[in-house]
Amino acid sequence: MTERVFIAGGAGFSGDRFDAAVPLVAHLASCDGARYLIFEVLAERTIALAQISKTVDPDLGYSPYLEAYLRPVLEQIKMHHIKVVSNMGAANPLAAAKHINKLAGELGLPPFRIAVLSGDDLSNYLDEQTLLEAPTMEGNQLSGRDLKAANVYLGGDAVANALAMDVDIVLVGRTTDSALVLGPLLHEFGWANDDWDKLAAGTICGHLLECGAQVTGAYFADPGFKDVPALAEVGFPVAEVYESGNFIITKPEQTGGCVTSATVTEQLLYEMHDPTCYIVPDVCADVSGLYLTEDGIDRILVQGIKGSPRPEQLKATVCVDGGFMAEAELSYAGMNSLARAKLAADIVLERMQKSGFNGEIRRDIIGAFSVLDGGDASASQANNLPFDGDYRVRLSLISADHKTAQTLCDELQHLYCSGPAAGGGYRSSVTPQMASASILLNRTLIEPHIAVEVVDR
Amino acid sequence: MTSCSEMRRLPLHAIAHGRAGDKGNVSNVSLVAYRPEAYKFLATNVTADKVHKLYAHLGASGVTRYDLPLLSAFNFVIDDVLDGGVNASRSIDRHGKTLSYILLGRFIIDMPIDLIPDSSPYLDPDFRWQKY
Repeated sequence: MTERVFIAGGAGFSGDRFDAAVPLVAHLASCDGARYLIFEVLAERTIALAQISKTVDPDLGYSPYLEAYLRPVLEQIKMHHIKVVSNMGAANPLAAAKHINKLAGELGLPPFRIAVLSGDDLSNYLDEQTLLEAPTMEGNQLSGRDLKAANVYLGGDAVANALAMDVDIVLVGRTTDSALVLGPLLHEFGWANDDWDKLAAGTICGHLLECGAQVTGAYFADPGFKDVPALAEVGFPVAEVYESGNFIITKPEQTGGCVTSATVTEQLLYEMHDPTCYIVPDVCADVSGLYLTEDGIDRILVQGIKGSPRPEQLKATVCVDGGFMAEAELSYAGMNSLARAKLAADIVLERMQKSGFNGEIRRDIIGAFSVLDGGDASASQANNLPFDGDYRVRLSLISADHKTAQTLCDELQHLYCSGPAAGGGYRSSVTPQMASASILLNRTLIEPHIAVEVVDR
Repeated sequence: MTSCSEMRRLPLHAIAHGRAGDKGNVSNVSLVAYRPEAYKFLATNVTADKVHKLYAHLGASGVTRYDLPLLSAFNFVIDDVLDGGVNASRSIDRHGKTLSYILLGRFIIDMPIDLIPDSSPYLDPDFRWQKY
C-alpha cells in the first residue's frame, strides 16, 4: 500500500503565477512516493465565462492559460511520472485534453493519457425551468432570467474514479477545489467512502493547497508586523500526506515565502464559516480539534481533523445575465482637492437623477473613503484628511442596460471641461456582468451523469 | 497575569492578525493572536456584537463568532456585507479582501502591553499609528 503521497499546489486562481510549478516539479521529482501536481484555476464566474466562449467556438471554453501553466513543466512531468489534476478544463475539458497532447507533440513528447470528468454541467441533463426555479441558498432570484451556466460541485470520489482509469492527467470542470487533492488521496490510499475522519483530513489538506501561495506566506505579509522573506520568489505549497490522514505542509527549498503556524492558521480559516462543519460533497469536516506542530523549518504538521457523514444534497452555482457595470474615475490633487472631488461626484449624481436614473450610484473618493467605508463619507475614520491630498473620485453602478452604464461614464468624462478646477486622469469601463446564485440538488439527480472519458496515448 | 501589566490604547493590529475570505454575500474574517497569551483577552473583549458595529455601515446584518482555542484564533462570519457578493458588488474590492483591516485597525481598545509581540513597532515609543 502507498505510504506517503506528495501533492503540490501549482496555482490558486485563474491568473496565478505561470512559473510557480517549476520549483514544485523539481521538488516532487526528488520525493519518494506517489507524486501529484494540481492547478486550481476556476472561480465561480470563470466557468460561466468559459461557457460563453464555448458557445462562440466549440473548441474553446477551457483555461486560456493552459499553455502558460503547462509548457514550462510538461517535459519534467512526463520524465518523472508526476500526475496532474486540474480544473483547467472549465466548460470544455475534452478540448483542453486535446490541447495538452498537441502541446506534448510540439515539445517532442509522447502523448499523455488523460481522463476527462463530466457531469458537473447541469445544462446537459436538467431543464432550464428546474434550474431557475430551484430554491436558492444565497444570491439572486433567478426565475425569468437568461441562464448562462449551471454547474454542480462534484467531489473527490469522482476525481478518484477518473484516476482509476490508469491515466497521467485528470481534467475536470466544476468540482470543489479541495477535491483536486482528496481525489488523489482516495485513489492512492483506498480510504473507505465512510472513513469520515480521513476524508475530512484529505479535504482540509486540499483546502490548504487550493489557493497556492496563500498558505506559504502570500496574502500574509504586513511589513514590520508580519514579514515574509523573498515574496517575489514565493514557493508554492507541497503536502506530504500519510495514510492516517495526518499531513505536513511545506514548500520547495530555495524558494521565498514561509510556512508557519500563522500562515497555515490564516489559510485554514480562509473562506470557512462554521469550523465544526465545513461541507463538501464527500464529507463534513470539523477543524475545531485541529492542531499544528512545527516539524522543522517551513514544515507544519497538521493533525486532529474529524469528519461526519457527507451531505445528501450537492451545491450548484447557476449564472444568469447580470447586466452591465460602469466604473469611472477622475483625480483631484493639491489644495482643497477633497472638496473639488466631492463637488465633481455631486454634479454627476445630480445630472444622472435629472436624466431619469433612479437607481443607486456608488461614490468612492479614493484616498478619503473607499473600500473600507462602502463609499460612505460618514463612516470614514479619517476626520482630518490632508487639505492638499491626492484624491480620486470613483463612481459605479450596475444596470440591466448598457446605455445607462455608459451614460454614467460619459457624465464623469464631461467634467474635464465642465466640472470643478483641475480634474485629470479620467478612466472608465463598462463590463458585462454575470449574476449567480447557489442552489441545492439531491445527489440522486447528479450521480447517474458523472462520466469519465479517456483521451488515449 | 495581565492585571499588573502596563495598559495602552491600541488597535487589535498590535496583538493579532487575520484574513478575509468571501462566499456569496458573506465575508469571514479570521483573527489570530500573535501570542497565545492574548487569546483570553480577545475572547473576552472582541464580541460578535462589537464586530457587527464595525461593519454595519457596509450593510452587515449579523455576525457569528467561532472560537478556535487550539489555534489561538477566532472566525467572524459577517452576513450581507459584500454589496451582493463578488458578481454583484459595485465596490472596487468586490471580494472584500481588504475587510480584515477594519477589524484589525478600527477595533481600538486598552490592552496589556505584555500581549504585544516583542518585535512589534507598537512597542517603539516613536511609532505613530494614528492618522495625521
